Amino acid sequence: MVSGEKQGVKNFTNFTNLFYYMDTKKMSGSQILIESMIREGIDTIFGYPGGAIMPAFDALFDYRDKINHVLTRHEQGATHAAEGYALVSGKTGVCLITSGPAATNAVTGISNAMLDSTPIVVITGQVGSSLLGTDAFQEIDVVGIMQPVTKWAYQIRRAEDVAWAVARAFYIAKTGRPGPVVLDFTKNAQTEKAEFNYKPCTFIRGYIPEPDVKQERIAEAAKLINAAKKPFALVGQGVILAQAEAELKTFLEKANIPAAWTLLGASAMPTDFKLNMGFLGMHGNMAPNMKTNECDVLIAIGMRFDDRVTGNPDTYAKQAKIIHLDIDRAEINKNVQVDVPVLGNAKETLPLITELLHKANHQDWIDSFKVYDDREYNVVIKKEITPENGEMTMGEVVHKVSEATNHQAVVVTDVGQNQMMAARYSKHSQTRSLITSGGLGTMGFGIPAAVGAKVGAPDRTVCLFCGDGGFQMTIQELGTIMQEKLGVKIILLNNDFLGMVRQWQEMFFDERYSFTEIDNPDFVAIAKAYNIDGTSVTKREDLDAAIRDMLKDDKPYLLVVNVQKKGMVYPMIPAGASVTDVLLGEE
Amino acid sequence: MEKTKLYTITVFSENTVGILNQITIIFTRRAVNIETLSVSPSAIKGIHKFTITAFATKSLIEKIVKQIDKRVDILKSYYNTDEDLIHQEIALYKIATEKLMAMSSIESLIRQYNIKILDMNETFVVFLKSGHYAETQQLFEELSNTIGVLQFVRSGRIAITKAKVERLSDMLDAMRQIDENPIDK
Repeated sequence: MVSGEKQGVKNFTNFTNLFYYMDTKKMSGSQILIESMIREGIDTIFGYPGGAIMPAFDALFDYRDKINHVLTRHEQGATHAAEGYALVSGKTGVCLITSGPAATNAVTGISNAMLDSTPIVVITGQVGSSLLGTDAFQEIDVVGIMQPVTKWAYQIRRAEDVAWAVARAFYIAKTGRPGPVVLDFTKNAQTEKAEFNYKPCTFIRGYIPEPDVKQERIAEAAKLINAAKKPFALVGQGVILAQAEAELKTFLEKANIPAAWTLLGASAMPTDFKLNMGFLGMHGNMAPNMKTNECDVLIAIGMRFDDRVTGNPDTYAKQAKIIHLDIDRAEINKNVQVDVPVLGNAKETLPLITELLHKANHQDWIDSFKVYDDREYNVVIKKEITPENGEMTMGEVVHKVSEATNHQAVVVTDVGQNQMMAARYSKHSQTRSLITSGGLGTMGFGIPAAVGAKVGAPDRTVCLFCGDGGFQMTIQELGTIMQEKLGVKIILLNNDFLGMVRQWQEMFFDERYSFTEIDNPDFVAIAKAYNIDGTSVTKREDLDAAIRDMLKDDKPYLLVVNVQKKGMVYPMIPAGASVTDVLLGEE
Repeated sequence: MEKTKLYTITVFSENTVGILNQITIIFTRRAVNIETLSVSPSAIKGIHKFTITAFATKSLIEKIVKQIDKRVDILKSYYNTDEDLIHQEIALYKIATEKLMAMSSIESLIRQYNIKILDMNETFVVFLKSGHYAETQQLFEELSNTIGVLQFVRSGRIAITKAKVERLSDMLDAMRQIDENPIDK
């Protein structure tokens, strides 16, 4: 009886499918969604099925040969994986998840993508249109929740709107300043049928992704740079998003302009590039921070003067003329007032300025960075990356892993001390090599972002640096690594503390370690349970062999390194202090 | 300290669900209170016009307007000060007929304030007065202090710019040419 009923259901399903194919013009909204995404070049989705998105998942089942669906263990994981994928590949990351709690779980990743300008499209299921606003099961106001944290959030209520909405979503996500888009897909729109008529979106009235370049501004910028004695460039993620790495190099080389990078601008210039002066901001290098307040012309390229970069804006680069190249008009004069705004795509504006530049030398100015570099090396870096005794440090682990991968790995980080150490001490030989949560500072970003990075760059080594806190925020994504057999190399820098908060407690809260010490589980045993090999290292003499062992093949691996409990990230510019108030710690 | 003053923000948008929320969250996040709000279809079919007033500093209002303008569903947003605008509000006042009849100076009141009477019956009279905020407020205070007001309501501001020819098609054409002015340090 029971099996008979099942048989009946099955036959009915087959009959429905047959009906779809007989009527070639009409498709269900779910099929239209997937066909439209295929036309957008999408071949990878990170998702998690559930009630209100089941018709879309049912349709996806027939496209397994065209679309690789990665089942994460949590919707937050799906969004971070989509971000990791987008950041490493330059493509748009896609998530497919259900309504209600799935959508609210995704808010963190979507907010992260908003602050870090990462192109992702998140499709959330929604209850049928007739149930909207009735507090139906798993119904939540997704568009209302998402509007503050997306570039565009739209509810699809009819099958005939699906192709239009999908085309628009991908256009918005990837053009101009990229960002997240949410499509809230009602269940009736997934099951109802419409004609499939797909047209890519190339224009939206009132949406100007790339403003026209103003030649006057180009000329003003070039004039300022040509007259500069001490020019200094700040490189942000805008250079990477615009794929303007080569244009940047030509620009800097022509007038010999020293440059430093923001956290998200890391790897836009190779570490060994002669004009690369290092990392800006709170835990950045001493020289570029100090020199910000010595330069005469500051050229900000695709960066947004985040408070972690500027410190106190009232004392930031007051002596300098500031040129700001950005694609987003709303960034001009938002945090720092500028002298020459250059709106446009850096791939277009940089060469135009370069053309007008005179060759210049600036060698004395460049050499003057060295005093601070030497000081930072002697006081901070040397003992962090090559300590001779005592417990292991985070910096030495990052340094050794970077060396062991010939500086070619994709470095993914979580958030906190591990992130700052990874940003400071990993070296890069190619672009899109540091995947990190900058603006939102999302603990738990690491594991799922590494999942996405490995899916997006399967041929590259992916090394995740993670702390013991962040690791446990999205630890369930080890299941995704297991199921997808993703060769992610996880380096867990374990200090049994929420290290960055502990550092602040030590520095600014009289060493009152309020709830920052953690009793940790046996991490290697957990990894083993997920069929991931691993080892735990406490002695310095075992570290090299453990790193070699980790990198010997392309299988997932967990390397737990038990580092000093009370390590500090230096240099540090305290929050709200001037960029020249660089603390170096004990000398 | 930069001075706070009243700005009028004009927004043209697509007529789709959820635009108002997209606009108001930009104010909310920066802790700016919306003083008045008026929304209606514009001269162009399918495009809505919002007129919003708020007290803020110039630099803050510039940032708010840019953030509004940046939203995909927003076609155009700009701000003006009172000097640039012809602006108007309307107010309705419900007054007890008995009290009004007992007043000695109804005619001069109506002439002085240019009041229109919308309805009148044995129990109440409804006045309409249009004008600037101060004018509708003055009448309200005078009535409250003398015969009392049963009900009072005031609309949001509507406004027209003095200088510009406000043609959305021209504005949309000009949008690609957008430029940012540096701010004097």
